[in-house]
Amino acid sequence: MSFPITLTVNGSAREILLDDPRVTLLDLLRERLDLTGSKKGCDRGQCGACTVLVDGRRVNSCLALAVSLDGAEVVTIEGLASGGELHPVQAAFLAHDGFQCGFCTPGQIMSAVGLLREGHAGDDPERVREGMSGNLCRCGAYQGITEAVLAAQGATARREDAA
Amino acid sequence: MNRFEYVRAGSVAEAVAAGAAPGAAYLAAGTNLLDLMKGGLATPATLVDVTRIPGLSAIESLPDGSTRIGALVRNSDLAHDPGFAARYPAVAEALLAGASAQLRNAATTAGNLMQRTRCPYFYDPASACNKREAGAGCAAIGGATRLHAVLGFSASCIAVHPSDLCVPLAALGAEVEIEGPAGSRTVSLTAFHRLPGDAPERDTVLEPGELIVAVRLPPEAAGFAAHARYLKVRERTSYAFALVSAAAMLRLDGGRIAEARLALGGLALKPWRAEAAERLLAGRAPDAAAFREAAEAALEGARPSGEATAFKIELARRIAVRALERALAGTPERVPALPASPFSAPLANPLPSSGAIAHA
Repeated sequence: MSFPITLTVNGSAREILLDDPRVTLLDLLRERLDLTGSKKGCDRGQCGACTVLVDGRRVNSCLALAVSLDGAEVVTIEGLASGGELHPVQAAFLAHDGFQCGFCTPGQIMSAVGLLREGHAGDDPERVREGMSGNLCRCGAYQGITEAVLAAQGATARREDAA
Repeated sequence: MNRFEYVRAGSVAEAVAAGAAPGAAYLAAGTNLLDLMKGGLATPATLVDVTRIPGLSAIESLPDGSTRIGALVRNSDLAHDPGFAARYPAVAEALLAGASAQLRNAATTAGNLMQRTRCPYFYDPASACNKREAGAGCAAIGGATRLHAVLGFSASCIAVHPSDLCVPLAALGAEVEIEGPAGSRTVSLTAFHRLPGDAPERDTVLEPGELIVAVRLPPEAAGFAAHARYLKVRERTSYAFALVSAAAMLRLDGGRIAEARLALGGLALKPWRAEAAERLLAGRAPDAAAFREAAEAALEGARPSGEATAFKIELARRIAVRALERALAGTPERVPALPASPFSAPLANPLPSSGAIAHA
């Protein structure tokens, strides 16, 4: 039995025929849509490397069945930059050296984008750290990550003030 | 992960009809179920996807003053609903003390109730576990028991229930609305989870096909909003299950406690409502002696399920005292940056000679 689903992935509508309901959103993205930016770290919802936005909210794509998300809008790290311009969170990670090896970085950045959208952390470093606790960094780049998220928060706030 | 049939239910009736089949399991977010399936710990023949059922995603204030939380309300939506958080701040604090933001964005209210123990022996297919396989034995007994029960355990199982949300819900007298093949019924949350006894393979009182459709807080539950806290001690400050947690709520009348609510987490296979402690506090002045007596009463009958578990008993007493102190000091305007953490800002005016542990 196969399962036709529709997903909007990084702005494009995709008609997908799943031959197996066991496919997670992460495996769909990586193995079938060639979007390998989202990483498979633990595959059990513990590390956050697979974080993507589903209908605007950050979730662990390893713990979601693709078939259950029929109709959803998915944004991955590949969909953040517009044209040649980095998303403010991506730029802030570069500016503040928010990584070492880079494996967790797509998940960190997608989680940070979700955090800023949620709007609960503001400019409080403690709230940023708590809000980012679902993303592990084995290199221990947390200081740069926190600085990057705070800087992106500041840039976003300034942009909204100007608008 | 085993192969399974996937069924998308369009209504509660459809879900119940499909869910009553042998080997069927309900799928909401799947944040626990998929993890269990990946580990081979759950092998449902059919997954009945309930996420498209209309009417299960609302937080409703009912005319009688009670609140009805739809089964599919996501943890983050519940915690950040301004009206809900204002009426039940300890529930919001407990939600925000649990899991990670990504998981809270997905995980549902009913799914939280249905999550299974995090006992490492349950998760290890190479270990004997009566909860995983009836009659297999329990490798936790005599094993590494730091995370295990001190209340309500049996010779078959010493696991604990991992939920934060369920602890304040139990204190507030929450009720679980259930639909099933035999019709509707409502079960008190404190009677919803089963202590292990000699059948630890059954987590809850749900019968085959029964589906949680809502959790209801009774009208009086909103009476504690000014003095309600959740406190959670864990191995790290964020994104960890509780070693010990406590939800404490007070309704004050002049200089006395009119009514108290106290429930503990991390100690048993269900959220542990301490009704004896609540009775003891009613009518008392809210002082250190009363809080310590309440904590003693809450842990009445506690004993270690293994050598390494013994520390939890006194820790739980102290956390109960500290949670009551925090409740007395008043609900903060906003959930602290580190929700429920003992490392959040200390009390402005700590009670003299209290049994609280020092701030590290």
